[in-house]
Amino acid sequence: MLEKALSGSKRYWIWVTLLLAVIAVGVLAYMNQFNNGLGVTGMSRDVSWGLYIAQFTFLVGVAASAVMLVLPYYLHDFKKFGKMVILGEFLAIPAVIMCILFIFVDLGQPMRIMNVILHPSPRSVMFYDMIVLCGYLAINLIVGWTTLGAERKGAPSPKWVRPIIYLSIPWAISIHTVTAFLYAGLPGRHLWLSAIMAARFLASAFAAGPAILLILCFIVQKVSKFNPDPEGGAFQSLVKIIRYAMIANVFFYILEVFTAFYSNIPEYSAALRYTLFGLNGYNSLVPIMWVAVVLAFLGIALLVFPSTRLNKVTLIIGLLSIIIANWIDKGMVLIVAGFVPNSFERVVEYVPTLNEILVTLGVYSIGMLLITILYKIAISVREEKAS
Amino acid sequence: MSINRRQFLRRAGMITALGLGSSFVISGFGKKAIAEAAGFEKASNDLPAKRWAMVVDMSKFKTEADYNRVIEACHSLHNVPNFPDTKNEIKWIWEEDYHHAFAGGFNEYLDDHVLHSPFMVLCNHCENPPCVKACPTQATFQRPDGIVAMDFHRCIGCRFCMGACPFGARSFNFKDPRPFIEEVSTEYPTRTMGVVEKCNFCYERLAEGLMPACVEKSNGGLIFGDLDDPNSEVRKIVSTKFTIRRKPELGTQPSVYYLVGGGEHA
Amino acid sequence: MYKGGKIFASLIIFAALFTIPFFYNMGKANAGPDVALNTPAIQQLPASDQQCVESPEFMRANHMQLLNQWREEAVRNGQTVYINSQGKEFDISLQDTCLKCHATESASNPVVLNNPVNTAGVSNPAINDSPQFCASCHDYSAVKPLCWTCHFEPKEAVK
Repeated sequence: MLEKALSGSKRYWIWVTLLLAVIAVGVLAYMNQFNNGLGVTGMSRDVSWGLYIAQFTFLVGVAASAVMLVLPYYLHDFKKFGKMVILGEFLAIPAVIMCILFIFVDLGQPMRIMNVILHPSPRSVMFYDMIVLCGYLAINLIVGWTTLGAERKGAPSPKWVRPIIYLSIPWAISIHTVTAFLYAGLPGRHLWLSAIMAARFLASAFAAGPAILLILCFIVQKVSKFNPDPEGGAFQSLVKIIRYAMIANVFFYILEVFTAFYSNIPEYSAALRYTLFGLNGYNSLVPIMWVAVVLAFLGIALLVFPSTRLNKVTLIIGLLSIIIANWIDKGMVLIVAGFVPNSFERVVEYVPTLNEILVTLGVYSIGMLLITILYKIAISVREEKAS
Repeated sequence: MSINRRQFLRRAGMITALGLGSSFVISGFGKKAIAEAAGFEKASNDLPAKRWAMVVDMSKFKTEADYNRVIEACHSLHNVPNFPDTKNEIKWIWEEDYHHAFAGGFNEYLDDHVLHSPFMVLCNHCENPPCVKACPTQATFQRPDGIVAMDFHRCIGCRFCMGACPFGARSFNFKDPRPFIEEVSTEYPTRTMGVVEKCNFCYERLAEGLMPACVEKSNGGLIFGDLDDPNSEVRKIVSTKFTIRRKPELGTQPSVYYLVGGGEHA
Repeated sequence: MYKGGKIFASLIIFAALFTIPFFYNMGKANAGPDVALNTPAIQQLPASDQQCVESPEFMRANHMQLLNQWREEAVRNGQTVYINSQGKEFDISLQDTCLKCHATESASNPVVLNNPVNTAGVSNPAINDSPQFCASCHDYSAVKPLCWTCHFEPKEAVK
């Protein structure tokens, strides 16, 4: 089916060429980092994780969100999602690949990455993270390719795919829980040392991921003859899921704020204070945090009221608001603020460098190229079946 | 015999997999060759211990010279580079004031003397080290004598240990350190860019029967010994005098104790 | 055969490109590595001591495996003495045991000792060169060992 991605309209090829150009720039920026060390990034002795790990954290959530289509369709027979499930799986694959790439570009000695497999460390959460990410990639590749291939031939999917599909449901939950455990088990970082981390991660994932998927579906409708929602109602069902997940996410955040500020233990509230109000005069994250807060409530409001969620333009604004709010909160703010203040109660701020941003854009372009290719394949198969 | 493309590819794939797999197996069995009757043992001067620990006697740290001497001893022996900007800073032992070293619970009426004392801060070589738990390759590991050591050959530079350490004891080589080493010492290798490093309780000196470099140069300010040995000086101090440790509530059981008391130790 | 002409032509071009390294070097003499097994430092030792850690045949085949074993034992298990297959003891040290005998003067790098602080921070390959003994074989076989980004040659040579 790969040959489907090799033929397309002029628009398609212009888009692919543009992505390849950005990827090339990203590769050059990465070579600079590889040769000169991670000092070319904005990371420091105190803020030792930055833009790369922030993107990894956000994208694991996007990858996990495929379960929000698989679960209703396969477990609860929600037929309306039938045409969209493949798009969910084909979003999860590039998301996981981007996660792995972001980890790779973040390593100081990437050539030694096989050491994680050669020297298994069962007490390390990162060991399990590697296992679940690679497993999830394999599951989605197998399931997506097999079901699409079967559909293309007009045959039902082979029976052995079913158990793997059922496995993908708890596995999707696990990838994001394990990622949350990376943070939630560290004794010295009080912003992260909270039981609600995994719950927050899942809620924000199930808001941002399906929102991205929905936007992609609108793009698919625009550029092709394929309609992921032929009977109508699938999109609005997904909007329902996004809405409640985002409400849960904001609610969990408020719970965190209450515990931190009401208990008034300085260590527990210092990081939140830094992001919301600034700490000791350092406040570079404050405007960014409040943009996320405003966008979060705006997104929820636009998705709650029928007049705005049934109107395509306001719906898209609402979805974008939710995506950006989650990206800011879970990506940049959560990771960077975890290191503020540092173990000596000092504030060291973090700003990504141009080199770092270019590498990030390069990895995102790789992901978008993969989405483009996989979606082109899925759409072409569907269009071929329809004619 | 007519064969279609799919069958051809399937058979070619299986034969390749069989060939590759068996070649690994065969070469695996062949590769025994490390010398027979070879063995390893500890050096004759090696200092054995069950739990190395350090007591920082704050009464001996008064002037800048006191603590600079100690820092210089460590950093020059171990080729710790000196970066001009704090962003890429690497430090194995350094000084902090009381409120920053013992973060949590700001005491505005703190005794002036303690407030301005220069506390020596370094890796605590915890008994329950969160960094060792976090490391995905066991590049940082706990030795049987309690020292939390770094295997720079295995570190992939993921910096998870830096996030896990509650004491901010670890530094990362953001750049190649060699151009930034002021005076190269050939006693100990340098590190390469992209690995994490920290104080190692001078285990290479302990293997030769010597005390850690900082202890040697501290004029009695740093006392080093085996907590498990009831006759060691550290054990005697820790069990009879009042000492404090950094962030004890986290349960990591640090092995660096600070003797701060007033009275005869002021 | 469908498009047989194009297929055969492409195969021939591919085979030609693939075998370029062989044709390019055909007929050229390439001396093997000249490994200095008899350096002045070795000659100074008494005859009974001149044997390396293990026999030359063994070292030729297994020196990297031995170094890996040494690394495991010395760094991770604290065992810093190696007892070879003849029962002789050696201190485990790349710099002080291996290179004590096998260093040659041409490999010493005064750059290492006299290095002013370089604020550009760019890696200087001259500092990370392999000593001549190692480089003579490793350059020939184009296998770059990464030891020298961290480890040093012995003090005498560096002085």
